[in-house]
Amino acid sequence: MSSTLTPVRSKRSALTKGQLPKFAPYVVLAAALIVGAAILGVIGFNAFGWGIVSAILFTIGLVGWSAIAEGSRKAKDKLATCLVVGSFLIALLPLISVIWTVLVNGIPGLIAPGFLTSSMNGVTGVYDNRAVEEGAPVIGGIYHALIGTVQITLVATLISVPVGLLTAIYLVEYGNDGRLARAITFFVDVMTGIPSIVAGLFAAAFFFAVVGPGTKTGAVAAVALSVLMIPVVVRSSEEMLKIVPNELREAAYALGVRKWRTIIKVVIPTAISGIASGVTLAIARVIGETAPILVTAGFATSINNNVFGGWMASLPTFIYTQILNPTSPANPDPSSQRAWGAALVLIILVMILNLGARLIARVFAPKTGR
Amino acid sequence: MTATPLSSSQGAGRAGDKIFSGAALAAGCIILAVLFGVALFLVVQAIPALTAPAAEIQGGAGFFAYIWPIVIGTLIAAVIALVIATPIAIGVALFISHFAPRGLAAGLGYVVDLLAAIPSVIYGAWGAAFLAREISPAYNWLAENMGWLPIFQGPASATGKTILTAGIVLSVMVLPIITSLSREIFLQTPKLHEEAALALGATRWEMIKMAVLPFARPGIISAIMLGLGRALGETMAVALVLSSGALTASLITSGNQTIAAEIALNFPEASGLKVSTLIAAGLVLFLITLAVNMIARWIISRHKEFSGAN
Repeated sequence: MSSTLTPVRSKRSALTKGQLPKFAPYVVLAAALIVGAAILGVIGFNAFGWGIVSAILFTIGLVGWSAIAEGSRKAKDKLATCLVVGSFLIALLPLISVIWTVLVNGIPGLIAPGFLTSSMNGVTGVYDNRAVEEGAPVIGGIYHALIGTVQITLVATLISVPVGLLTAIYLVEYGNDGRLARAITFFVDVMTGIPSIVAGLFAAAFFFAVVGPGTKTGAVAAVALSVLMIPVVVRSSEEMLKIVPNELREAAYALGVRKWRTIIKVVIPTAISGIASGVTLAIARVIGETAPILVTAGFATSINNNVFGGWMASLPTFIYTQILNPTSPANPDPSSQRAWGAALVLIILVMILNLGARLIARVFAPKTGR
Repeated sequence: MTATPLSSSQGAGRAGDKIFSGAALAAGCIILAVLFGVALFLVVQAIPALTAPAAEIQGGAGFFAYIWPIVIGTLIAAVIALVIATPIAIGVALFISHFAPRGLAAGLGYVVDLLAAIPSVIYGAWGAAFLAREISPAYNWLAENMGWLPIFQGPASATGKTILTAGIVLSVMVLPIITSLSREIFLQTPKLHEEAALALGATRWEMIKMAVLPFARPGIISAIMLGLGRALGETMAVALVLSSGALTASLITSGNQTIAAEIALNFPEASGLKVSTLIAAGLVLFLITLAVNMIARWIISRHKEFSGAN
């Protein structure tokens, strides 16, 4: 980083005198790595500690050298650079660690036979004990949870997209920045911050009051997820509708096209890639939500194809219950193997949705000519 | 003769216009109704718990005695998360906006967004299975060497499933929120201010201190508030990581509980008055996060120039 601050010169001139040479960071880095390894060698070596110690030594070394050679202002700049780069590296640690943990623990679960095609129906602790004690294969899978996740998310999408898209259209095309439009914008922002469990409690309380106490079905969970999904859809669609050039609308009006036809035939097709990618991101956000499903759909061990009746499993609640309440409390390992397998499937789903959103946005980019 | 089809098509168009604008308006109103409904149904379902005799509430000392330890626990976890996440998030945002090579910046921003994409239950599982185990030696060290501080009072939890671990996991989850909002605001800094500072001979850090940070301060504050809102309401990370218990000052023993985790752990098996109690707890959480979010949005709306942040 700091090397870019130093003007490129082949030999030292008066202009570059009070500056560290270009190779300074590399020298300090090499020294820090060696000294770090030596220190860790004394107290017991591990790669993580080596990285931390070396980074601290590098910072001290570079800032110290800079303070001697360049003065305190340059030294402060170097210190800030080191801290900023260091914070980025620290932020990468949990990402790498999470993905690594899920991969290492999840692959055995995922490749277990029947993991994707069987449910937990009839899988009791007896089988898990046998798997641990006699080496029998771990049975039971996530088919019911996959079905549940797909159905609940689908219903939530069917509720959220029309409401969210129409609201965005109202805000951009009809609202005129009036009092109602500003109120909606404000409350959509506030809604973005509703804790997911409160959304779940709302859906539960609503159905308890309307249908009857203890109503827990996939549809209740879908309503809870819609509460979380609608603001995301509104925000992204609104942004996309706003960047549709006004000339397109005016050209349509000039041809005598009605406003609603203009919106349906001109504005939305122009913005469709952004809207689709926003919806995909919204799906990616709610597909991993656990808490609202936990309080609204319960958790089932068998396949339930009816969104409107009976408890329903989903991938996140499957992970949660398998970890917290293992099928066999005496031998939790098969349960945790299934949980990590499900976590791997869930992460793959979310990553596919995220990448898909980016692909949609790029491939179907609006042809506005701007 | 031609007037009839023309007027009829106009009539249909006018009806279409009315229907369409009506539908758009209705959708907007649904959102307001939903938010109002959230508050209304939570209140209606919570009333039995608020009016019940004290002895019938869990703990036997009334709703207030039940709720305040977990409110404090929620705040402790959120504060830990923010204390850890804020400096790192601002550093990452500065790195992406002002330090990283231009070509890399967008890709690095995407990497940080990946952190936000990972579902919370997976963070919870990671915290419980990996982080808690790895970090418990550090807790033992803290208990031995810093035990005179009330927050590090021993004996340290052997499993590492403490409120501090939960706070660390929460900090990972709020980091991308604070980062992406701060980054947007840092990028909005007027280029002329930055170039003027550099032209006067400021180093990059001095330029950031003089031009970028003062401009971005309200935006950073609201980003932190939004992160706080997320940390307060996050459920799974705490439910899976924390081995909960009574309110304690020590961060490295098991104990404490947050509202969201309390609801998630108890709601599936709850019935009767217990359901009302938990919904009332949810109402409290809703009001706290609502207040935090509204303050954050209010700060942003006062500074409309941060178009990227609102």
